[in-house]
Amino acid sequence: MSQPSMSEALGGVVRRDLLLAMRHRSDVAMSVFFVVIVASLFPLGVGPEAAVLRMIGPGVLWVTALLACLLSLGRLFTADYLDGVLEQTALIPQSLAVLVIGKVFAHWVVSGLPVVLLSPLLGLQFGLDGVTLGVLTLSLLLGTPTLSMIGAIGAALTLGLRGSGLLVALLVLPLFIPVLIFGAGAVTSSVSGIGSEANLSLLGACFLLSFAFAPWATAVALRIALE
Amino acid sequence: MLQTVALRGSRGQRQLFSDISVTVKPGTLLAVAGENGSGKTSFLRMLCGLLSPDDGAVLWQGKDIRQLKELYCAQLIYIGHLNGIKDDLTPTENIKISAGLAGGDSSSEIVRKALEAVGLGRSTHTLPTRVLSQGQKRRVALARLWLSTRPLWFLDEPFASLDTLAATYLTQRLQSHLGNGGMVVVSTHQEIALPTDSIQHLRLSR
Repeated sequence: MSQPSMSEALGGVVRRDLLLAMRHRSDVAMSVFFVVIVASLFPLGVGPEAAVLRMIGPGVLWVTALLACLLSLGRLFTADYLDGVLEQTALIPQSLAVLVIGKVFAHWVVSGLPVVLLSPLLGLQFGLDGVTLGVLTLSLLLGTPTLSMIGAIGAALTLGLRGSGLLVALLVLPLFIPVLIFGAGAVTSSVSGIGSEANLSLLGACFLLSFAFAPWATAVALRIALE
Repeated sequence: MLQTVALRGSRGQRQLFSDISVTVKPGTLLAVAGENGSGKTSFLRMLCGLLSPDDGAVLWQGKDIRQLKELYCAQLIYIGHLNGIKDDLTPTENIKISAGLAGGDSSSEIVRKALEAVGLGRSTHTLPTRVLSQGQKRRVALARLWLSTRPLWFLDEPFASLDTLAATYLTQRLQSHLGNGGMVVVSTHQEIALPTDSIQHLRLSR
C-alpha cells in the first residue's frame, strides 16, 4: 500500500507550510517589522550613549527575538486544527514527531530565519563590533530554532483552548529562560572581551536537547488535542 | 477485514455507545446512522485511530490498530466533517500536496483527472479554494478518493453540501471501490444507492 518515505512526508509538510506562508506574506512581515521596530525604539528611548547601548544591546535583541517567536507561535498549529488538516497530518503513515519537525522547521524559516539574517543590521544600532555581530548572529542561529522547538510544545498543549495565547506564554516563557540567558550571555561575553564559547556551547546543547525531545512531546500533545 | 470488539466510547461524562462489535469485510460498506450527537463522528474517529476507545478494540486483519500504528494509517483514508484542505491553496495544490503526503502519484495530470472526476471544471482548479462554494470545497476534499489505492475508507457525512450530480459521482466511486474489494465505513443520513447485499447498517442511539 502507498506509504510516503520519511523525506517525502517531511518535504511535503515543509513545502505546504512555506507555500502557505508565501500566501500570507503580511503575517511573515509582521514578525520582522516587530523585531525591527522594537529593536530600533530602544536606542531612540535610551539615548545615544554608546557604552549604555553596547551594554543593553545583547539583552534587547535577544528579548525581541524571543517575543517575535512567541507572537508567531499561534500560527503553528491553530489553522491546521481548525480546517481539519491536523487530523489528516496525524493520519499520514509516518511518525507524527517527524512531521512536527517539518512544521517547526517551516515556522523557523518564516519567523526565526529573518531575525537571524537581520540581526547584524540591528546590532549596528547598538554599536556592536564586527566580532560581536558574528557572535550575535551565531547565537540567534542556534537559539531561534530552539525557541521554535520549545514553543511548539506550548502551542500543541494549548491547542483548542480559550485564551491559549496567554497560556502558551505562561507555559513556554520559563522554558525560554535558559536559551535567553545563554544567548544574551554569549553576546555580552563578546562585548566584554571574554570568550563566548562556553555560552555558545550551552546554547548548542539546548538546541540538541530540544531537537531530541520537543518533537516527541509536541506529537503527544497534538494527539491529546485531537482527541 | 476491519473488526470492532465490544467498542465503548464516551464524550466527557456522557457515554455515546457501548458494546459495538461489527465486522466490515472486503467489498462491503458499513452505513452508520443515528441522531445528531449519537456519536457517529466519534465512532469513525475511533475506527481510524484518532480517538481512543474507553473499552474494546479495533482490529485490522486481526491485529489491534494501536499496535499497527503507521502500518494501519497506510491502509486508510479519512474524510471528516472538516474538509482538511487549505483555503489559501488552489484545489490542484491541495490535492497534489495531499497525494504526495499519502505517498501516492501526485503528477499534475493525475490530480487534474481526479478533480474533473468529482465534477470540478478546469476553471476552478487554479482558484484559491476559499472562493469556492461549500459544495465545491467538499468536492475538492473528496477528490482524494479518486487518487486512492488504499482499501479502507472512512467518510463522515460525505454527501453533505453535494448536489445531485456530485452525489452520483461519489456513489459511482464507492461502487467501483467496493467492486475492487475495498471497504467503506460511512456516516450518513441519506440512503446510498448501492446494491443492498453490499451494505451493512449500524444505528447509534442516544
